[in-house]
Amino acid sequence: MKPSRLSSAAAQVFMVVMLVLWLTPVVFALYVALRPIAETNEHGYVSLPRSLTLDNFRAAWTQSDMWHFFLNSLYITVPAVLLTLFLASSFAYVVSRLRFRWNIALLILFTAGNLLPQQVIITPLFRLYLAIPLPHWLSESGLMYNSYLGLIVINVAFQLGFCVFVLSNYMKTLPAELDEAAIVDGAGVWTRYWRLTLPLCRPALAALATLLTTWIYNDFFWAITLISTGDKRPVTSALANLQGQFVANQNMIAAAALIAAIPTLIVYVALQKQFIAGLSLGSTKG
Amino acid sequence: MTDPRLSRRSALKGLAGASALFGAPALLSACGDDSEKPTANTGSATDPITFGSNYSDDATKTAFAALTSAATTSTKVPITVNTVDHNTFQNNISTYLQGTPDSLATWFAGYRLQFFAAQGLLTPIDDVWEKIGGNFNDAAKSLSKGIDGKYYLVPLYNYPWVVFYNKSVFAAKGYQVPKTWDDFIALCKKMKTDGLIPIAFAEKDGWPALGTFDIINLRVNGYDYHIKLMKHEVPWTDPGVTAVFDKWRELMPYLQNGANGRTWQDAAKALENKQAGMMFQGSNQVAANYAPANLADLDFFPYPVINPTYGQDYMDAPTDGFMLPKKGKNTAAAKAVLEYIGTAAAETKFLETDHWDVGLANGLVAPTYNEIQKKSVAEIAKCKNVSQFMDRDTVPDMATAMIKAIQTFVDSPTAETVSSIQKSAEDQAKTIFTK
Amino acid sequence: MSVSRFNRRDGLVVAAMLGVPLIIDAAFIWLPALASVGLSFTKWTGVGGVQLKSCDSLPSVPGIPQPGCLNGVDNYSQAFTTYPDFWPAVQHNIIWLLVFAGFATPLGMLFAVVIDRGIRGSRIYQSVLFLPVMLSLALIGIIWELIYSPNYGLINSVIGRTADDNLIDWLGDPSLNLWALLVEASWRQAGYVMILYLAGLKAVDPALREAAQIDGATGWQTFWRVIFPAMRPINIVVMVVTVIESLRAFDLVYITSGGNPLKGLELLSVAVTQNIVGETQRIGFGSTLGVILLAISLVPITIFLYQAFRREESPK
Repeated sequence: MKPSRLSSAAAQVFMVVMLVLWLTPVVFALYVALRPIAETNEHGYVSLPRSLTLDNFRAAWTQSDMWHFFLNSLYITVPAVLLTLFLASSFAYVVSRLRFRWNIALLILFTAGNLLPQQVIITPLFRLYLAIPLPHWLSESGLMYNSYLGLIVINVAFQLGFCVFVLSNYMKTLPAELDEAAIVDGAGVWTRYWRLTLPLCRPALAALATLLTTWIYNDFFWAITLISTGDKRPVTSALANLQGQFVANQNMIAAAALIAAIPTLIVYVALQKQFIAGLSLGSTKG
Repeated sequence: MTDPRLSRRSALKGLAGASALFGAPALLSACGDDSEKPTANTGSATDPITFGSNYSDDATKTAFAALTSAATTSTKVPITVNTVDHNTFQNNISTYLQGTPDSLATWFAGYRLQFFAAQGLLTPIDDVWEKIGGNFNDAAKSLSKGIDGKYYLVPLYNYPWVVFYNKSVFAAKGYQVPKTWDDFIALCKKMKTDGLIPIAFAEKDGWPALGTFDIINLRVNGYDYHIKLMKHEVPWTDPGVTAVFDKWRELMPYLQNGANGRTWQDAAKALENKQAGMMFQGSNQVAANYAPANLADLDFFPYPVINPTYGQDYMDAPTDGFMLPKKGKNTAAAKAVLEYIGTAAAETKFLETDHWDVGLANGLVAPTYNEIQKKSVAEIAKCKNVSQFMDRDTVPDMATAMIKAIQTFVDSPTAETVSSIQKSAEDQAKTIFTK
Repeated sequence: MSVSRFNRRDGLVVAAMLGVPLIIDAAFIWLPALASVGLSFTKWTGVGGVQLKSCDSLPSVPGIPQPGCLNGVDNYSQAFTTYPDFWPAVQHNIIWLLVFAGFATPLGMLFAVVIDRGIRGSRIYQSVLFLPVMLSLALIGIIWELIYSPNYGLINSVIGRTADDNLIDWLGDPSLNLWALLVEASWRQAGYVMILYLAGLKAVDPALREAAQIDGATGWQTFWRVIFPAMRPINIVVMVVTVIESLRAFDLVYITSGGNPLKGLELLSVAVTQNIVGETQRIGFGSTLGVILLAISLVPITIFLYQAFRREESPK
């Protein structure tokens, strides 16, 4: 479809306005983070800069031991995202590609599970986590509570619903002949799922991986309720620590929060290519 | 791809744990009250301990580090500090104490301590107090006790809620420190005509305005009334409460506008930048927020007299200290550390880098005290009684309900609002306090 | 094909593929959720156990919380009557849903359509508009505090309303703050919806478009008559996401008001959080609010999903 010149000019203007609106808050925070607190205290945030420095970033990085918390986030986010995608896609495959009797009920069960507010399940979950023992090499506390594994498991469980929902929707759009042809060739369920269906789901998987990474990485509810040792918490909840530490220094807190946003941005940029390649690959099948 | 067996195994274990938890007929009673069991892990008096701390502010964190390292030198107990920010620590205190708490933890005096002690989550420390009792006055002692009369806290410091101002502003404009309510209102009027915001004010965080309610209540109705009200022995619909709000309504035109959306740090900034004439809040916040260069200009006075019967006899001076979680490990070593902390020497160490709180040990005048701290000690000593602050003197649920009520009042300070929030507060108090 | 036609190995594989996610979901989501339904009939501070006795039969000592006990439907009647946040919360949740459904979601769809048309710089637009979805809550809280702060914030500074007698209290004024928060929320939601629709649009067969154009349809007609219906799976996802996000909305309010929602910002999920995840917990009452929230969200979603899936199952 070739849009007319007028409408594409209008679209361009609209998008530029939106771009500015969307960027302003972030750029303003960056501007504040680049200015010393003494200066903004005296002249306010909205004023011309007397000096722009990276001091706030440097101070935030060194004083908060951020590297350590980044690693914690990595230990939690990576396994949780991979595990969620694997489990959700295998479940979605069965309920959407095989004529399975309970598929609607199961789908509703999973999707509905995703509707539950985290707060509703936290109390029994906390008790459950205190009751599940883990070997000491997995958890210092010897419990599911206050362990990385505990955090990974709840993130997986909590995100499964949405992923199953999206993936099963996506898989339904794949032609049924795909499986039928493979069955004729004698391929088992596993082969059809792993070799045949999953590669076709790349766009959906890439989109979900991006979303999951940001959600799990940014989660702080599970982290603050299920991890009691400050040092074991991921970077986003450690930010709260920093916020407590420099209550009056908004500039430095803004700097720290901006640093903490970098990994999700990297994941997005990295997966965006995958994502777009995957998307165009998806479009050919109609 | 990650091994799915791992999660299946843990899930199965989860199910096993779950059926143990929720199996009929015990249902939820099987959730287990571990606090009933005797603590097996007492350890020896020099075992390493972990110390849960909500001293997350930069300066306080440094001060606390100085205190714990001095404690290690004195007791030979290695201490690892587990710092968690203020808000998170407080919000999670219940799960923290029931989960895997540290050997020692920071906490607050008052009902907020008694509440958790009464539920068996803390170990009584009467044996520690036998050794440190002589270092504290009766007020500090009663603040450290639970409802059962046993000790549960070793206090460290407190700080006063008073009216702060800049000396330079008062000198330049010829303002006098007001003694009475009328003087106070007259001064506010004068500041307003001079183009100043009379009183910097913020309520976005919820709790700061509770302080204003507390102090007017203490001035109008006195300490005993305050305590009765906090325990719901006086109803919230009482005319005494209306009187407090009536006084507050007189003051409203002089409080900084838009308080519900302002953080107290921004209000303190208005005072520091001399846009505002005064600010009523704790020294722990206002003085701590001041740039060191401006601190010399900062001064305060106790809240003016409203009812001559009570004069300036009372104020909020919240006390912070340390408690011993029942599920914590190495109790013996933890107690040894507490014994050290309950001394003037330990408090002095802490106050080397803390310039806004004051120690609680008898007659302590730390060499590092600044003018604000010296005056704080003097003013607190003049009081016949100090209260702890509304969110420490009453059931936290009630404090939460009052935060909402007071934000409503700040938004529209009319007589109708007052009567409606009094009614709503009383309705909620009934559900919170009756069993 | 039916399950019975599987051989033994396939049967085991299918059982594992279904079973593992099911067990995880059941153990860590549904079991606690059901327990919460049970807890909604109790009064419990979260400390110690819950006794299967009526609260009326247990002694009550002033100052000491009662042990957990059965409270019947008292929590429910309290929620509907004495709890002052309840009805405002319901109202605000409805407003939230209306704004999402009527503004944020269509805006996201518009973004997707414009970007999908291959506008110049589409990569940049896509990245920037998606940016808010990737930021952590802490950062979003700081960003908007800097924008809305009454004396020092960007908006008031730019429009010259920072003096004490004319300032606009964006986050504190109950007639404004919900809308201020909805701006933040839409800022995030539109980018999220955009990404979902981009995925959907890319999956639409270009031949459909061409056919419509040959028939002389305008761009507008092509979209609404041909492309939009073809995106049905994504439309369902977006609809569910819109409802979920409006009902679950809690984090922005939580970070804005530090746990105690300011007047004007009451939401059901915030009320649940406030009662359950606080210094002293009213687990029973908080669970009651959670169950009400769950019931409100489950009913329409279940009906909708059932309809949506069943129609797909039946031959067209």
